[in-house]
Amino acid sequence: MSKITNAFENNKIFIPFITAGDPNLDKTYDFILTMEKAGAPLIEIGIPFSDPIAEGPVVQCANVRALKGGCTTDKVFDMIAKVREVSNVPLVFIAYLNQLYKYGYERFLERCKEIGIDGVLIPDMPFEEKGELDELAGAYNVDIVSIIASAPVERIEMIAKQAEGYIYVIPAPEGEGMDGAAIAKAIKNVTDTPVAVRFDSDDDSMIDKVYEYTDAIMVDNALVHLIEEYGEQAQEHIYEYVMRMVGKANR
Amino acid sequence: MSKGRYGIHGGQYVPETIMSEVLKLEKEYEFYKNDKAFNEELNQLLAEYAGRPSLLYYAEKMTEDLGGAKIYFKREDLNHTGSHKINNVLGQALLAKKMGKKRIIAETGAGQHGVATATAAALLGLECEIFMGKEDTIRQALNVYRMELLGAKVNAVESGTATLKDAVNECMREWSNRLDDTMYVLGSVMGPHPFPMIVRDFQSVISREAREQILEKEGKLPDVVMACVGGGSNAMGMFYEFIKDESVKLIGCEAAGKGVDTDRTAATISVGSEGVFHGMKSYFCQDEYGQIAPVYSISAGLDYPGIGPEHAYLHDIGRAQYVPVTDDEAVDAFEYIARTEGIIAAIESSHAVAHVMKLAPTMNKDQIIICCLSGRGDKDVAAIARYRGVDLHE
Repeated sequence: MSKITNAFENNKIFIPFITAGDPNLDKTYDFILTMEKAGAPLIEIGIPFSDPIAEGPVVQCANVRALKGGCTTDKVFDMIAKVREVSNVPLVFIAYLNQLYKYGYERFLERCKEIGIDGVLIPDMPFEEKGELDELAGAYNVDIVSIIASAPVERIEMIAKQAEGYIYVIPAPEGEGMDGAAIAKAIKNVTDTPVAVRFDSDDDSMIDKVYEYTDAIMVDNALVHLIEEYGEQAQEHIYEYVMRMVGKANR
Repeated sequence: MSKGRYGIHGGQYVPETIMSEVLKLEKEYEFYKNDKAFNEELNQLLAEYAGRPSLLYYAEKMTEDLGGAKIYFKREDLNHTGSHKINNVLGQALLAKKMGKKRIIAETGAGQHGVATATAAALLGLECEIFMGKEDTIRQALNVYRMELLGAKVNAVESGTATLKDAVNECMREWSNRLDDTMYVLGSVMGPHPFPMIVRDFQSVISREAREQILEKEGKLPDVVMACVGGGSNAMGMFYEFIKDESVKLIGCEAAGKGVDTDRTAATISVGSEGVFHGMKSYFCQDEYGQIAPVYSISAGLDYPGIGPEHAYLHDIGRAQYVPVTDDEAVDAFEYIARTEGIIAAIESSHAVAHVMKLAPTMNKDQIIICCLSGRGDKDVAAIARYRGVDLHE
C-alpha cells in the first residue's frame, strides 16, 4: 500500500496545495512542515512553470513570483530532500509534462523516488498520453495521479479504472456540465481509488455536504491567496487555515 | 502512441477539462470533411466571399533585378481580410456552426487571425471573442479596432510575456470554462490533434491551387517553394501538396528577431529543442528546465516559441529546410518588394521575401521559386515607420 493510500485510510481528508518557491524555497520548507503540524495528511506542491495553462490567475501569479525568485526544478528537489530529513508526510508534485520531458522522464522519477515524492500529477497529460510515463512511474514506485473532469460516463469510468493513488476531480463551472457529486458518483461505481474534489470556495455550508460523496477536497487558490497576501509572514495564517479545514474533514 | 502523430511529434497533451471537447471535435471533423454539403458550402464561401482562387503572380521585375530564378508569388494577401487566415477560419467557423456552437473564441498575434475569425463570426452569425497579448494590442491597435468593428470582443492578455503564446494559454483556459456553446478556432497548425490536421487541411488549398497554376503557366513544377513560419499555417498550406513532389525543395523562413545568437529571437528550429507544450510534442524555445522562453520578433505573427508538429517532422526527416531571417532583413525586404513590385506585403511574409532575395541570385534562370505572400502589410506600415525612426503623427 502506498503512502498516499494510507493517507486516505478510514478518513475524510483535506489536501492543501502551495506553489514551491513562493515567496521563496526556505519559506516553502517552513510551510510544508507547518501544514503537516496543522494536520494535513497529504500535501500537493506545484513546481512553478512559465505557462500553467490549467491554472487560474491566482496560481499563475504564484508561478511567476516563484520563477522570478530563481526557483528551479532542481532547487525544489533539494528543498524536498531537506523536508524528508524531518517529515514523512505524503507529498505529491504538480508539474507540467514539459518540465519532466526536458528534465528527462527517468531522471525526474528517479529523483522523486530518491527524495520520497509519492505521486506526480500532470495537468496536461490526459489519459490518452499516459503511456509517456506509465512504465517508468511503475518502476520508480511513483503514483501518477489521474484527473477527471465533466465527461461522458464511459470516459470517466475508463480513467477511473486505471487510476492510482487518488483521483483529482475538477467539477465543471456551474451550468457547464457535471458537478463534483455527479463525477464522484460515476467514479465510485467502478473503483475504490479515493476521490478528491477541487472547489473554488470553502464556504461552510457547502463543505459539510461535499464530504458525503468525496474522500477529500482541495480548495483552489486558498493557501496561494494567503501567501500572496502575507508573503513571508503567511505561516501562522496557513497553520490556522489548514487546522480549520482538517477539522471540518474530521467532523 | 496516441493519435495525431507526425513522427514523434503531435499528440493530445491538453488538460482533461478540454479533452472531451477535443475528442468530440475530432469525431465531428472526420464526418464533415467528407460531407458533400459541408464541402460545397465551404467552397462557395471560399470562392464568393474570400475571393479564391488567389493569384499566382509572376514577379518579373524582381526576377530581372535579382538576376536568377523566376520568382512567383502566391497572393494570399489578396484574400478577403488580407491574409491566408480566412481559408482556415471559414472552414472552422462553418464546422462550429454545424456542431451547433453559438460562440467562437480565438487567439491572435498580429491580429490577422483575429480579424479573420471576427469576420467569419459576423458572416455566420456567431458570437466572437478574441484573446490578444497586451503587447500585441499596442503593436497592432488598428487590428483591435477592426475586430471590434466586426462585432467581436477583444480581450487584452496581460499574463506572461503578453504576446501570442499567452493568448493561446488564455484561450485554452477560456475554452475549459465554457465548452458547451463555444468552439476554439485555432489559428495555426499547432495545438492538440485534431487542430494541426484541420488547419493544414483547410490551408492546403494554397498549394493545391499553386501546383495547378504553375503547371499551367510553366508546364513544370517549381524548384523551390517558400513561406514564412511562426506556428506554420501558411507554410503548411503552401508545402502540403508539394511534399510528394520530391524534386521540389521546401523552405520555411523563421523569425530570427535580432539574430539567432541573441536572446531576442523566435527561430524555433534554429534555437529550440524538443518539448511538450500547448497540446503538442514539437520543438520549442525553452530553458534547461522546460520553462518556455520569452521570444521576440518584429513580427507579432511569428512571435511564437513553438512550431507546428508536422513542420517538426518535415525538419526531422529532412524534407523541409528551415532558415532564420532577422528583423533587419525582413524590413529591407518589406521595402524592396514595395518599391520593386508595388506590393505592400505583411512583415511576416517579408521574412520569406528576404530569403527569396538571398536565394534567387544563386539559382539559374530556368529555375522557379514560388513564395507565399501570406498577408498584406497595411497593418505594418506604422511599425515599419517607427523602425526607421519616422514619426507619423498618427
